[in-house]
Amino acid sequence: MAKKTLLNAKDIHIILHRLACQLIENHNDFSNTVLIGLQPRGVFLANRLIQLLQNEYGIVAIKTGQLDITFYRDDFRRRTEPLEANNTTIDFIVEDKKVVFIDDVLYSGRSIRAALTAIQAFGRPASIELLVLIDRRFSRHLPIQPDYKGRQVDVINSEKVTVSWQENETKDAVYIISDN
Amino acid sequence: MKQLSVAHLLGIKYLTKEDISLIFETANHFKAVINRPIKKVPSLRDITIANLFFENSTRTKLSFELAEKRLSADILNFSAGQSSVKKGETLIDTVNNILSMKVDIIVMRHPNVGAGVFLSKHIDAKIINAGDGAHEHPTQALLDTYSIKEKLGTVKGKKVVIIGDILHSRVALSNIFALQLLGAVVKVCGPTTLIPKYISSLGVTVETNLKKALEWCDVANVLRVQHERMDINYFPSIREYTQLFGIDKQLLDSLGKKIVIMHPGPINRGVEITSDVADSEQSIILNQVENGVAIRMAVIYLLAQQIKK
Repeated sequence: MAKKTLLNAKDIHIILHRLACQLIENHNDFSNTVLIGLQPRGVFLANRLIQLLQNEYGIVAIKTGQLDITFYRDDFRRRTEPLEANNTTIDFIVEDKKVVFIDDVLYSGRSIRAALTAIQAFGRPASIELLVLIDRRFSRHLPIQPDYKGRQVDVINSEKVTVSWQENETKDAVYIISDN
Repeated sequence: MKQLSVAHLLGIKYLTKEDISLIFETANHFKAVINRPIKKVPSLRDITIANLFFENSTRTKLSFELAEKRLSADILNFSAGQSSVKKGETLIDTVNNILSMKVDIIVMRHPNVGAGVFLSKHIDAKIINAGDGAHEHPTQALLDTYSIKEKLGTVKGKKVVIIGDILHSRVALSNIFALQLLGAVVKVCGPTTLIPKYISSLGVTVETNLKKALEWCDVANVLRVQHERMDINYFPSIREYTQLFGIDKQLLDSLGKKIVIMHPGPINRGVEITSDVADSEQSIILNQVENGVAIRMAVIYLLAQQIKK
């Protein structure tokens, strides 16, 4: 198994700042915007961005939530391993709000499809955008593209892109893992 | 990754502690779902469930139906009263006919003990026991223990007394199994005629003095007097039963502590408990009903997960 570092902590630091600025460009003071981290791994990225927006850019009141898509997936009973649910924490209605989904890696687009269905349980948003740290190009099963992306990569299907965060592993990094 | 250790939910006695905690965790997620503005998830879109009720039921049937609908399953309802069972059809024939309509899960209530186990040996579908005679009622015990855990933080080490007609009660038996599996101490209390002879072999103690039982316990699970299952007189009169085993506000307030009152319903108000006890803040009877939907969603979801595409 070969493990190649795609982004190191410094690269990620720069990218997060750029993504935060891009969000500010489109959402000003975030008064009508909600940032939704997708469970489980999008939540780390969402929390980082929120920290940055609050501490470095002085945007204090940001509405945030965490969305779990387990019960909305289209591969229930089609997987060999059972799915495990995580908590959904959205204690507001997204009716007429500008929603930004935040996830670490965009691959087939099926998780985002499930998230689009799941968010409907909380009202009809004015718009939904997608922010991802890693966009795996040419691997989509559905017509879904990110509005904000950290880095675009071309990797073959047998390779895996994983994002590690200081909070849950030891350091910030993005790896490409392949079998050979 | 977690999965139930059983292929059907036939009774609590077949479950492990891990199964129950998996059901509870999953129910937590579904409880959040049923409190959202849109109370539904699409997980079971391609699953069909038949509810076969060979015995009367209101809340269990409604609760299962709602749980199935909240999971987006297609459902078939069957009540023995209006069916060919009256014409002499056997259980296997009835169920096989329903299965030819491509049903994946069967929820069954039946007056005979072991009907679910029997069916699971002859039928290729997931079976959920919604009550078999005076034997087991597993989803009721799961929602009862879940409600205790929700109210008191844990079931382990809690003292629970089950009061009333233990002899005819499937709720009592399933509750005893579930409570003991989760580490609670169980006592039963009622007229000696309504307490099974061999109850102590389950590790349960008997108390015939209601006041003593209530003073001992943290939770009192009060059962209904099941007149319909009594072919002979087990106690002289309802009035006498109420005097000896009925809980009223005065008795509740005379205890040195605030115990939790539960009842699986339907309540005979003024017989086993008075209205002011049933509606008091110590009662979690309506929480039990709400939790019932979440628990049943969890059980159905976890069993459906095992059905391969």
